[in-house]
Parts: sequence; C-alpha cells; structure tokens
Amino acid sequence: MGMTMTQKILARAAGLESVSAGQLILANLSLVLGNDITSPVAIREYNKLGGDVFNKEKIALVMDHFAPNKDIKAAEQCKMCREFAGAQDITNFYDVGEMGIEHALLPEKGLVKSGDVVIGADSHTCTYGALGAFSTGVGSTDMACGMATGKAWFKVPSAIKFVLKGELPEYVSGKDVILHIIGKIGVDGALYRSMEFTGEGMHSLSMDDRLCMANMAIEAGAKNGVFEVDEKTLEYMKNAGAAEPVIFTADEDAVYDETYEIDLSTLEPTVSFPHLPENTHEIGDCGDVKIDQVVIGSCTNGRFSDLEIAAKILEGKKVAKGVRAIIIPATQKIYLEAMEKGYLKTFIEAGAIVSTPTCGPCLGGHMGILAEGERAVATTNRNFVGRMGHVKSEVYLASPAVAAASAVMGKIADPREVMKK
Amino acid sequence: MNFDGKVIKYGDNVDTDVIIPARYLNTIDKKELASHCMEDLDPTFVKRVVPGDIMVAGYNFGCGSSREHAPLVIKESAVSVVIAKSFARIFYRNAINIGLPIVECPEAVDEISEGDVLSCDLSAGIIINTTTGKQYKTEPFPAFINSIIEAGGLIEAIKQGKIK
Repeated sequence: MGMTMTQKILARAAGLESVSAGQLILANLSLVLGNDITSPVAIREYNKLGGDVFNKEKIALVMDHFAPNKDIKAAEQCKMCREFAGAQDITNFYDVGEMGIEHALLPEKGLVKSGDVVIGADSHTCTYGALGAFSTGVGSTDMACGMATGKAWFKVPSAIKFVLKGELPEYVSGKDVILHIIGKIGVDGALYRSMEFTGEGMHSLSMDDRLCMANMAIEAGAKNGVFEVDEKTLEYMKNAGAAEPVIFTADEDAVYDETYEIDLSTLEPTVSFPHLPENTHEIGDCGDVKIDQVVIGSCTNGRFSDLEIAAKILEGKKVAKGVRAIIIPATQKIYLEAMEKGYLKTFIEAGAIVSTPTCGPCLGGHMGILAEGERAVATTNRNFVGRMGHVKSEVYLASPAVAAASAVMGKIADPREVMKK
Repeated sequence: MNFDGKVIKYGDNVDTDVIIPARYLNTIDKKELASHCMEDLDPTFVKRVVPGDIMVAGYNFGCGSSREHAPLVIKESAVSVVIAKSFARIFYRNAINIGLPIVECPEAVDEISEGDVLSCDLSAGIIINTTTGKQYKTEPFPAFINSIIEAGGLIEAIKQGKIK
C-alpha cells in the first residue's frame, strides 16, 4: 500500500522500509525544540535522567514567550534555561538580542529542512511542515526524553489531503486559507491526523503563506501539516543555509481519509470569532464589530510579508482613535529588514507601536493584555476564553491585511474597502 | 488500575488555556500552578475538587497549547482519571508521559452526569456508573503505552531501559 508524505518521512526516521497508519514507531529526531515556558519543566525532568544531551547541535532553546523577561519569575525561568544551555554547551540557544519567535526563527536560521523529523515543546512546532518536514508539538517530558535519547515514539498518522488550485485574490493570504479550512473541518477535524497540502495552486503560495498555514494545522487538531516541496521551498532553504534536504512525495496510491479541493481564487478575507478558531466568518458577514486593540505578529503572522502588507495598508493613514495597534516583528532579521524598508517609520507615523520580537500578547503573557470587555483583532492563532487577557475579553483572528485595515477603521474591516479610500 | 470517584463534568473543546491560563506559567511549582487549575472555565473547581474525583468531558479535551502544565495541574489536584469523548493529541501524549490516567469513552460521557459516582477498571476496560447502574466498555491501551504507564511515566521507562 502506498504511503503519504508524512508516512515516508517517518519510515525513514524509524529506519523502516514502510509504515502504515496506526503503527507505533520509534523515530530518530533531527531537532528538539523548547522555549522559556516549556523548557524549565523539561529540564526538571531531564535532570532525573542526567548525563549529556544526545547531540548539542540538535537542540534549540528559544527565549521568546515571556522574554524579554516580563517579571521576576519569568526571569528565573529564562535563567534556568540559560544555565542548562551553558552547562550542556547547547549550540542553538537563542536569548534576547539573537532570539525571535521560535517558529519564525528556526526556518530563517536554516535549522529545519525537508525530510526532517522535529519535535518541539510548543504546539505550533507543526510550522516546519511548510518546508516538507515532519514536525509536531509535544510536551516537556517528550522534550526531555528527546534531548536525552534523540528519539521519540509516534503513532503513524493517517492523513487528509488538501488539493489547492487557482491563485489567491489580492489582499487574501495563507491565513485566510487556513482559517477557511478550520472553519470547514472544525477544531478537531484533523485530530491525530496529518494535513497534506498539494495541487498546482500550492505553488502560487509564498513561503510565508505556507508557514502560516502549516503553523495552524494544530488548530484543526492535526498531528502535523505538510506541504509538497517545490522550487520555492528549495530556494528558501538554500537562502537560509539549511543542510541538504531529503525530499519525499506521496505515493500515487497513498490512502487518504478524506480529500478536499480548494479553489484559492474563490476565497475571501476570513475572520475567526470568539472563542474557537472554527467560528469563521467571511469579511462581508462580520457585521459591525468595534475593537480596542490590534496585534500584528506571532509565530503565525509576524513574518516579513506580513509586515509588508500591513505597511502598505497603513501608509499615510492613521490608526483609529481609541485603538491600540501593536506590531511585533517575529525575528531580529525581520525587524531589521522592516526598518530598512521604512515600514517601522510607516507604523509609527500611523500611530502604531513596534515591539521587539516576543510571543507576548498572543498567549496573554505581556505587551498588550486585554481588560474586561475589550476586543482585539489579532493575527495570532487562538481565540480561546481568556487567551489574550481577561476571561471576558475577545480575540478575533484575522490576516495582517484585515488587522491593519481594522486598525484604521476602528472595527473589523475589509482591506479592499480601506484601500479604495 | 482501579479508580472510584465522584464526577466533575465539562463540555467539548476544553482548552489548555482554561485548564491553566498562560499568565501563571511563569513558575514550574506544581502546587502553585494547581491553585489555578480550571480557573478560567470553572473558578469553583479548586475549592470543590476532592482527591479521587473523576473529570469527565466532551470532545477534544486539552486542545490548544502543548503545555504539560495542563495534565500536571489536573494530576496535582488529585483527579484520579479523566474520561472524555476524545482528547487533543498533545494532551493525550502528555498525560501518558506524566502518568495521568485518561480514557476515551464517548458513550459513557453522554450518560454520565455531574456528581455521579463511577467505578473504573482501566486494565479490564470497564467503567461502571454506580449512580445509574450502567456499565461501559473502553479500549485498553496498546502494550507499548502500557509499558510507559506501568513504568510510572516516560522518564522512568527510559531509566528502566524500556525505551532505548
């Protein structure tokens, strides 16, 4: 029986000729990731085993969630990570000054590539599927055991295939595609399974669009999201200085649980209403939703092209009175490039603020917490109860274009309407 | 693995942000974390939970973030077992890895009410609702998972050489 893309990657990592859905395997890991929230728990568990890590070059620790340290306790957690990284001589330890949001940083640094098997103690580790890798979120104990042994157990997943065709209209992005899909299949629509993206329409999507889409596979419950590798993927990895990729394509007779065809040209800007990512509305059906805050950033949408479209929309305009617009470049490199292009000036002149890279407000950590009754349009990935602050605050998930347009209008707005003015 | 306890019941899509809000993740102290267990969904949970209570929920329990703090605070609250219609996959893995017993049984969940008393034999795959007298079958874990649980979690399994 044929194998899916994911199954082929896992078979190779487990040293097996073939695998099938439901099989339990022990796979060799290409990289083990943790952040300043999950690593301290992992380090506590790791210390029960003791000894040296399996490979100091195949571990990445990124201080991004509550960094720069939001309070004394957060500072202690980062310190614990820093000391562990020092003692174990971890090559890829990223502290303030070098760090970025982990899932933007690792692909940018060339630390992940096609064919890799990556686990990370962060649910959005599934982002690297955009590069044709198998990558998935795990907990701190899995991270600890991964650091010790370089291996992890997996139940081989079955898969859902998404065949993309056509091209996205202007001001519609990868974020709208993935929100549309989650709206269609639900927050557990891909539970325990892979989401595999293929079809001629896939090639028109930028790498930033693909990273954004793979990033949110977890919001449909998926184990991983993975894209076929094409010329754009190869060029991206080459520019990032990644090692030689190993490329897999699904067998022609691979079995999929379900197949969806999505015509990108028919998609509209899409917004997820509180309190689940599946509560999607096309922009025309959003009604009059007044907002208090806009956040443009996160591991989902803090990349260069996200800032580029936001700058295009905010250029020469003003953030509406009463709205706080917070823009967070995901990495230092993106921050610098946005500065060189003049985007930071555009943002500041529009009345937005620009922050150092951090996950910050996305998970209600710091840098933009909501009060009772407040509403935010955010380019982040979750709108659960209390996600960005008070239990009675609300988060509306959207693309950077919709978020920027909403900042100008003071309510959820269609970027195409704002650009007409 | 036998557990008897009283039911605390929740709905579908109970996410890790309501199990343990991220604003409290600036510590790894289990007791301190557990003092906020379920806070954003059910502020009464911490006051009313008693050791041995059984948490029952709908579909996709533990969805969202990978924070292992979520099963940790439930375990630290002395909940004996979580029964749900389905679990989000990272939560499922984390629960096994830290030794929090969990079981999927959609049929039982539909017929269990808040406050019912259950008697569970997970090795035999049986849940008995002693309040209603109804009995349910559950799927036992595969041998590989059982070896992790029997060792007392993944770290112990590695220590004991069960995973090399």
